[in-house]
Amino acid sequence: MSSTSTTSNSTPLIEVDHLAVRFTTPNGGVVEAVRDVSFTLHKGKTLGIVGESGSGKSQTALSMMGLLPPNGAVTGTARYAGRDLLTLKSAELNRIRGDRVAMIFQDPMTALNPFLTIERQMTEVLQLHRKMSRKQAFEKAVAMCEAVRIADARRRIKMYPHEFSGGMLQRVMIAMALLCEPDVLIADEPTTALDVTVQAQIIELLRDLQRDLGTAIILITHDMGVVASLCDDVMVMYGGRTMEYGSAHQIFTEPTHPYTIGLLDALPHLDQDGDSDDQPLRAIPGNPPSGGAAVLGCAFAPRCAMAQERCASVRPDLAGFGDEGVSQRLRACHIPLVELRPDLRVGGAV
Amino acid sequence: MALTTEVQTGDAAAVPASTHLDPFGDSPARHAWRRFAKNRAALVSCVILALIIVACFIGPWLLPYRFDDTDWLSISLPPSLANMHWFGTDELGRDLLVRTLIGGRISLEVGLLGTTLTVAIGVAWGATAGYAGGKIDAAMMRVVDMMYAIPYMLIAILMMTLFGRAFYLVVLTISLFSWIDMARVVRGQTLTLKKREFIDAARATGVPAARIVLQHIVPNLLGVVIIYATVTVPGIILTESVLSFLGLGVQEPMTSWGVLIGDGTSKMEVRPWLLAFPGIFLVATLYCTNYIGDALRDAFDPKVQ
Repeated sequence: MSSTSTTSNSTPLIEVDHLAVRFTTPNGGVVEAVRDVSFTLHKGKTLGIVGESGSGKSQTALSMMGLLPPNGAVTGTARYAGRDLLTLKSAELNRIRGDRVAMIFQDPMTALNPFLTIERQMTEVLQLHRKMSRKQAFEKAVAMCEAVRIADARRRIKMYPHEFSGGMLQRVMIAMALLCEPDVLIADEPTTALDVTVQAQIIELLRDLQRDLGTAIILITHDMGVVASLCDDVMVMYGGRTMEYGSAHQIFTEPTHPYTIGLLDALPHLDQDGDSDDQPLRAIPGNPPSGGAAVLGCAFAPRCAMAQERCASVRPDLAGFGDEGVSQRLRACHIPLVELRPDLRVGGAV
Repeated sequence: MALTTEVQTGDAAAVPASTHLDPFGDSPARHAWRRFAKNRAALVSCVILALIIVACFIGPWLLPYRFDDTDWLSISLPPSLANMHWFGTDELGRDLLVRTLIGGRISLEVGLLGTTLTVAIGVAWGATAGYAGGKIDAAMMRVVDMMYAIPYMLIAILMMTLFGRAFYLVVLTISLFSWIDMARVVRGQTLTLKKREFIDAARATGVPAARIVLQHIVPNLLGVVIIYATVTVPGIILTESVLSFLGLGVQEPMTSWGVLIGDGTSKMEVRPWLLAFPGIFLVATLYCTNYIGDALRDAFDPKVQ
């Protein structure tokens, strides 16, 4: 296949290596939310992290931003421009986050301070990182609100969060995150709390801004549609582990992991033959695992339709396959590719 | 709230035609004032409280009696319009109106200064402990627990004997013990606030901890703090009278509402006016602060319309 999105030779902006997040519960138990996750992100690219609720995608992002609660511990490294975000002192971290690495939260209704005007919250970022005067900061904030297409920004910026709709607030959040023109934007389910029509607008907005500003985006979502429209690379997570990693095109056209296949199958199709009602909505049976139980084998095995005996006892390694040098593809599954996708034998694409 | 409906993208031409009716777009302070002014009870309370304050600080100069003038010919007179003793006199023939007003000076000052100190210390302590969490929180709250265990009367007596009797010491002593309740309330609120997502969002934008407490936590505490402050005012005024009763507060012939009420209570069966008039002033003041506090809380909460 043609995709070469992961083969850029420049040093990556973000390098996450063997990241693991574990929480100690009050009764002494340990919950492993993220287990051994690695990925890289290059300038101007978008990485989608996909998975169900509880797959560890949000915790991955939060740990990178230093936002884990006190009972959370993180191991591994997460380098931004060579500096490990996980071990930086809070003063140094504060200089990076919000300025070079920014984050958008899932629910814009709760991620803004209800007692402060939008203006106050936006200018604070600029006063903090850019040492701007309040007046300069105000002008810049207005300009940024206009860039995310908030009409009548100069007046509306003086309002409080509750006076905006959800879609408008998410625009505000995006504008706020982009104020300092960060290199990396981490978007944690930016469209989940929004109407479908507004979702499309936000996605389009993110794409336009990325084109204009060259920001690299880590997009965390469970919405395959969002991934398809925005991402260059995709990492599929399940039970805190990476199940599959590849370019978006590859993931969508040739998924190589039963979980990815299940996710794609679960997408409802509007374009199906209207008369045949014989296509019910498909779901992956069962529930995602809780992080508490130690998993010997593949985390997905209990729900996997193709699971074999060893899937439950031996954990498959995340291993590369495919043509070397063309693109990096990784999968963690025991089942040989040809068994999983017989069609590949015919096409011989990989 | 009609203007909160979403203005669609690129439709900048649809800027409101009625700019002069625009309820938004001015500063938060004016915003708050406008909402405050809508509250009738609070406005009336403001007027009454202002009248009481003016009366207390100017009134005594305009009356023919001094607060410590004794008059053997007019002992224990009931209130009457004829002899200029409108509120009556006490058993030493002192005019109760002047004494109520003079006493009001002390009570209002103690109440106001004491509450300010209580709020300042309580909010700073509680918000810091709550936001810092962990060992710092534990240590700070143990200090609060210790304060509860110390009988404040003992400290009050100690301070008066060590530093002599002074007005500011009374205020200081009272505040020294009333902030601990405030600190507990504020800490509790801070604990729930810091789990809210917008605090995470502020941290994610690189806001340092001290600034998060000041800029993001404290404004959100306003409602609780104002309500708690309005119930603190009467508590402080009454505590002052207890201290005075024990000879630690204001001393005869100087007086305060607390002292007058304490005195009047013991004579209410024979000379009810001695209790009634200072009581009315105190109750009026407390009602006014409560109404004003309510209105302030609503005015500063942007979600209340």
